[in-house]
This record gives sequence, C-alpha cells and structure tokens, in this order.
Amino acid sequence: MNSTKYMNPYLAGFFLGLVLLATIYFTGRGLGASGAVKSAVVASVQTVAPSHTNNAKFYKEYSEEHPGNPLNNWLVFEVVGVIIGAFLSGLISNRLNFTLEHSPKISSKTRIAGAIFGGLFFGLGAQFGRGCTSGAALSGMAVMSTGGIVTMFAIFGSAYGFAYFFRKLWL
Amino acid sequence: MGPLVPDIIGNELNFIVALFCGVGFGFVLEQAGFSTSKKLVGLFYGYDFTVLRVFFTAGVTAMIGVVVLAHFGLLDMNLVFVNPTFLWSAIVGGIIMGIGFVIGGFCPGTGICAAAIGKIDGMFFMFGTFIGVLIFAEGYPLFEGVYKTANLGNIRLYETLGISQSLFAFLLILMAVGAFWFTSLIENKVNGVKNSDLKLKRIYVLLTGVAIIVGLSAFIMPDRKEAMLKELNNNNFVASYNTEYMTSDELAFRIMDNDANIQIIDLRSQKEFDSLSLPKSSRLTLTSLFEKDANKLLSVKNKINIFIANDELTAKKGYILSKELGYGNLFVLQGGFNQFKKDIIEFAKPDKAPTRDEIDTYRFRAKAATVIPQLIQENKLKNAGGEKKQAKRVIGGC
Repeated sequence: MNSTKYMNPYLAGFFLGLVLLATIYFTGRGLGASGAVKSAVVASVQTVAPSHTNNAKFYKEYSEEHPGNPLNNWLVFEVVGVIIGAFLSGLISNRLNFTLEHSPKISSKTRIAGAIFGGLFFGLGAQFGRGCTSGAALSGMAVMSTGGIVTMFAIFGSAYGFAYFFRKLWL
Repeated sequence: MGPLVPDIIGNELNFIVALFCGVGFGFVLEQAGFSTSKKLVGLFYGYDFTVLRVFFTAGVTAMIGVVVLAHFGLLDMNLVFVNPTFLWSAIVGGIIMGIGFVIGGFCPGTGICAAAIGKIDGMFFMFGTFIGVLIFAEGYPLFEGVYKTANLGNIRLYETLGISQSLFAFLLILMAVGAFWFTSLIENKVNGVKNSDLKLKRIYVLLTGVAIIVGLSAFIMPDRKEAMLKELNNNNFVASYNTEYMTSDELAFRIMDNDANIQIIDLRSQKEFDSLSLPKSSRLTLTSLFEKDANKLLSVKNKINIFIANDELTAKKGYILSKELGYGNLFVLQGGFNQFKKDIIEFAKPDKAPTRDEIDTYRFRAKAATVIPQLIQENKLKNAGGEKKQAKRVIGGC
C-alpha cells in the first residue's frame, strides 16, 4: 500500500501554529527540541563521569539553572511526545519503515556521515543560538523575540549560503 | 488568565501537558512531510518550499494568536517566556545551524520525527546533535565569551526596531504572504511547471478571512490597556465615575475587627508601602492591575477590595480600572491614606467641644489610634520573614 500524501502545507502550518499557541497559553513557553538533547547529554555525562560534571563549568551552570534530575525536564517530556506523535502520524499514513533515505548519486555511507556531521553542527549551533529551529526560530517568532528571529534569519541565510557547496549531497 | 502554569496547571501536570503538546507537534510535523530530508532541503535548492510554507504559516498563526490573547487580557505576556537576545551568539549559532541543515538535511525537531518513523538517517542525525551538544559542553570555557556577550535581555523585535507591535505583526504577515507567492514562482520554474493555476479552495479563503478579521479586530482597536490608562487622564471622566467609598472609620473598624473579607489594594510607592502598610494589604500599581497577580487577587470570591493611595484620586483611578476590567466588590478609601493617617493613626482630639455625635467617633478613633499602629507593627514583623510572592516569567527555551 502506498503511503498517503502529505498534508497541505498551509493547513499543516495553521495546525502547527495552533499547537504552538496552545502551548504558550497553557505553559507560558514555546516548543523545543534541542533542549531535550542537552538534557540527555548532561544526564549521560553525569552517569559516565560524575566527578567531571561537578567540576566543569557548563554542567555546573546547567544544574544551577535546572536543579534535580536533568531528564526531569519539560522539554524531555515534550520530545517524548514528539516521538509518539510522529510515530502515530507515520502509522496512520503508512510511512513506518526502516529506510535510509539518500540521493541516488551518493552512497549510504556518505549519507550517514552527512547526517552525523550535520547533526553535530546543528547541536553545536543550537547551543549558541539558545535553541534550534523550533525553540529559537519558531517559538521566538510567535512571541516576536529579537534573538529568536535573528537566529531564524541566520539559520536560513546560512543554509542558502552554503547550499551550493553541498549540492552534490542532494541533487 | 494565561499562562495556566503554575496556578491552574501544577508542575507535575505540566509534564503531562508537555507530552500532549509534543504529540501535537510531532504529529503535525510528520503530516507536513518534515520527516524526510529530501523535502526539507528542497527549500535550499528551490524545488520544494514546503518547509517555508509550514514554518511561516505556523509562526504567523501563533503570533497573531498571542497578540490577540494578550490584547483581550487572556494572556499575561509578562509571564510568557521570550527568548533572550544575545546578539552575537544568536548569529553565530544560526550560521552553524544553517551549515548543519544543508549537510544533515534535518533540524533537531524534524530529525526526531524522522527517527520516530524509522528513518535511519534521522537516527544518525540525532546522534550527531548529541555529539554537537557534547562538544559545546566540553569546550564551554572556549565558547563562553561569545555565548554571553551582547545580552539585550528579553527584548522583542518591534521594540528593537522602535515600531508598534501591530505594525510589526502586519509587516511580518505581508512578508510571509510575499514569500509564499514568490517561492511558488521559483518552485514552478525549478520543477518546470508551466502555467500552474493557483486554485484557491474555498476553505482556505474562509480560514484566511476569519484570521484576518480576528487579527484586525485586535490590531485596529487601540490597545485596551493604553486606551484605559489614557481615559484616566480625563478629569471629567474620573470625577463623574460612579464610585463606592469607604470611610477611614469603617476601614479602621474592619481592620480592628480582623475582618477576613477585606483586601486592601495599596497603590502607593514600594518605599512608602515598605515603611508603613496596613494589615491585609497588597501593593499594586495602576499598570500592574492588568497583570496576572492582580487578576488572582481581585477575583477571589466574597472579598471586599479597598483601594488606597495617598490621595483619593489615585485610589479612584485604581478603582475605575478594576471596575472596567470586570472586577466587583470594590471600594475607595475616602480622602485617601493621608486622611486615614490624620483621622486614625495620628488622631488628636480637637480642642473645641465635640458634638454628641462626635463624642462616639472620637472615642473610637482614640482607641483605633493605639490599636492600629500595633496591628501595623505586628503585620510588619509577620511579613518580614515571608518571601514576596510574585509571579515569575516561565523559564523556557531549549
């Protein structure tokens, strides 16, 4: 059976906007994603090298801002929800499948390396930007945060600027 | 009044809410097609602008919603998380993320969605973000300078640009619509589609219409808060406003009687409030009457709210605002706090012989003059230990 078509982008955007608006109304904060990765990193390092987290500044500042277990965090719960939501959507639209998607002109290995390095840059950049496309750009736009909107333009501007150099990965 | 956290939704329940918000978020992202890197990077090569459409529509929808809710007093923007602006860090971070986007084909949110439906590249991407965050954490001493420089606070872009919120929102909507139109042209050109007829489905026209009407109603009508505060400058309006008063004697009696139903809303300065404040009083300002703290205080059922200020006029302004905001059971302290001080706290029996009516009053006042200062003192000691309760902005962000 073929997978169902994707939703009309404007309609999807409208629904996404409503989800974001409801989140802001209920909780006073926007949506996010990279923050949960940060929690996971802190939790992992705490488990592997507890003494290190007591000394290194990043972890000390983190635990000052977020006392308690780093996984006991709003964004962690939200991201668990994202996984469930995406899975349900994939289920009803027939898109659940273990696949490695890549351009036919590149090998699987190249795609995997690209995904890892891309993720690495994104993770690193999201720390500087205090959020990623969801936490800084989208949620920032909803509340008209200067920093969020600046980050949004920087992300898309930079992606367009560098797109030419990585065109062989996609086209 | 929103946000509902932490009063209506407790901190534990908030995690459940987070889960549901996430489900909605993930579901829509996946339905929109954000779980495939081909669709995502199409934006940067001009063959598929889905991302831009979804992203801008969502941003504009939420933004209009936030403006409208705040306008009608349903959302206290002082309590909503506004991402802080560290200018250089925001730019540097955005540039790095942009590179990550064209190499990896996902962003963290979409990567999670992709991984959730079994995309192996999505899983590797998320592994990469983990390493990226780890690099930042370990190299933090190196990055901290850039990370913390140029802190502009929780500033909002229309404030930065020095234009009104409505104008800014309007410009952003125009920009989004312009981008939708322009990118459709590019998309058709890149994909070699000719003369595609833009079909306007009735439902979208309808939805857009509703959005525009609701949005405009908030934008065109002057901001309620501004308008109401402006109205208070109109002396005739304030003077002729139908007001209920409470005399110094009645207030003194209720305080001495330890009346559980009274709430005193003190509009004097913080300094004056700190040095001398009546029992059961809370300090507010005319502007803070619009906020959530005041909302909580004034909507308590069966309470009598008495507005006091140094002069009666200021107290009356607080009374009018609260009345207009829909609160009930309001009174103004007659003559203001200055009168109360003169009548009660610093009561001195006049020299001339009192009339028969005055004898009782004076007797009461003489008693009050000794009891009330004691109560004030006790109240001060009681409050000295307690922390000030004030609703704080939610700490959010990634």
